[in-house]
Amino acid sequence: MDREVNPPVLAVDIRKQHRGQTSFVLDVSLEVSLGITILFGPSGAGKSTLLDCIAGLVRPDAGKISIGKSVLFDSTMHFDVPPQKRRIAYVFQSLALFPHLTVEKNIEYGLRDIPEEDRRACVSEILGDFRIEKLKNQKPAQISGGERQRAALARSLVTAPRVLLLDEPLTGLDAELKAAIVEDLRAWNAAKRIPILYVTHSRDEVDALGERVIAVDNGRIVGHGAPMDVLDAPRRKRLAQAAGFENLLSAVVLGLREADGVMRVRLGDSRCEIEVPLAHASPGDRGQIAIRAGDILLASERPRGLSARNILEGRIASLEQRGGMCVARVDCGVTFVAHVTPGAVRELELAPEKQVWLVLKTHSCHLVD
Amino acid sequence: MSSLALSFELAGCVAAILLAIGTPVAYWLAYSNWRGKFLLESIVALPLVLPPTVLGFYALLAMGPRGPLGRLWMALFGHGLAFTFSGLVIASVVYSFPFAVQPLIASFEAVDRKLLDASAVLGAGKWRTFRRIILPLSLPGVVTALVLSFAHTLGEFGVVLMVGGNLAGVTRTVSIDIYDRVQSIEYRAANHLALLLLGISFAVLCLVYAVNRCVWAPAWARWTVK
Repeated sequence: MDREVNPPVLAVDIRKQHRGQTSFVLDVSLEVSLGITILFGPSGAGKSTLLDCIAGLVRPDAGKISIGKSVLFDSTMHFDVPPQKRRIAYVFQSLALFPHLTVEKNIEYGLRDIPEEDRRACVSEILGDFRIEKLKNQKPAQISGGERQRAALARSLVTAPRVLLLDEPLTGLDAELKAAIVEDLRAWNAAKRIPILYVTHSRDEVDALGERVIAVDNGRIVGHGAPMDVLDAPRRKRLAQAAGFENLLSAVVLGLREADGVMRVRLGDSRCEIEVPLAHASPGDRGQIAIRAGDILLASERPRGLSARNILEGRIASLEQRGGMCVARVDCGVTFVAHVTPGAVRELELAPEKQVWLVLKTHSCHLVD
Repeated sequence: MSSLALSFELAGCVAAILLAIGTPVAYWLAYSNWRGKFLLESIVALPLVLPPTVLGFYALLAMGPRGPLGRLWMALFGHGLAFTFSGLVIASVVYSFPFAVQPLIASFEAVDRKLLDASAVLGAGKWRTFRRIILPLSLPGVVTALVLSFAHTLGEFGVVLMVGGNLAGVTRTVSIDIYDRVQSIEYRAANHLALLLLGISFAVLCLVYAVNRCVWAPAWARWTVK
């Protein structure tokens, strides 16, 4: 394998206004180094447009795109490499497998200027890597969703791309299948080491894959860094919703306790008061508190001897089974959404109207602008 | 040559030529972003609304000894175009143009754009994308275009009468023949031909609708899986 002195980093600095739409402007500047970088943000944030620009399917209004020293687009030089010459692999959300070709022919599609024998070897290797040999003579319509996802990944990766773009490629798969495919992708990434830009708004995929996260909202980059730093302290409401904060409650700051690094807030119009991490705020300020449903504990008796500072009394308003977990709505004056396992529902004999206590760690509560 | 055989020859030539000319035109109309596209679209659709006699009249003028097409033909081949089989083919190509182009446009437009994007990022240029993706996925449209232009040419009357006249074995197509027989009160012979044309037209339309209903789709899938 030939190694360059400077690893080929994908550098993007572009502006793109949607045709006939003045309100939305994509204006981003980012660098994607080797390994997986997650592009995270709510739908409509401009993630797909950004990928389309990098792949050459959409032409930016201005700016520059390059991989290492090779320039792909430069508006000042009127330079624009067409998509078929960029050697960038792109897995679409819809996968876009060719319906009239078999899995094998789909994978072969991007391999043309190499001898027949090498091509066969490449195809059978990637079929093995993604564990889809058995399906090679099937058409896309004849295989399952997870298998289609693997076939689409294999088709893109077999071309030995310089950069890989993935637009929510695992949407709609169950967690187990997702984990298996993520594992294949990680193995491939470890072996090949190219810049990978992975679009998702699923928090699970961020945790499973992310080395770095770039958060995008409304056409702009609003944060980048390690997943924990970017996503666990959301300063933007839309981002918080996208990141899976099921609870977004309006709040009024009551008082600061700077020595303890906390402040008290009152939720909504209720008498509910909780302690949240200290932020730049003063008494009387209004904001939103974001809490993930998975971060809320439920107890059937008033808990004692806990380090958690926030214990709220309430009644279960509704209980709903969703996939492998239960979604409980608990009325404490304001309504909280909490996730509990079916086992916990049985053990605690949870049912609508039952009195429960919610336990919130201070640092699970985030103040959002 | 019988008038029926002549009609078939004419329709076959016209359908083949229209597929060759109509495909690039349809491709351009389906994928171009040019703002003046509607102009070409209108021109292509014109034969749908014009009376065949109007079209035939101008075709005749163009092909006549003093018309531009006629003079060009004379210079190239040493004989005129009007009242010849070649002249008939040219006029019929113009007349049946929309019947070939419209189904092609519709089927090209129906191909998912994401597939074209996928083909491009996999390194395929426009021609390869057309050959490997658009064309195979537009096959029902191609069959429809072929069959419709064939059938439409088979049944045309006004243009043939204007441009071709009525020369047995050269330009006397089946529809002209039927008209002739009726004029000379040979109803039995006219009925035979008319019935034949009716049967053929019905069969052809059955074929088009069957293809578009994807009656063939499963069979096609079986043929192409090796």
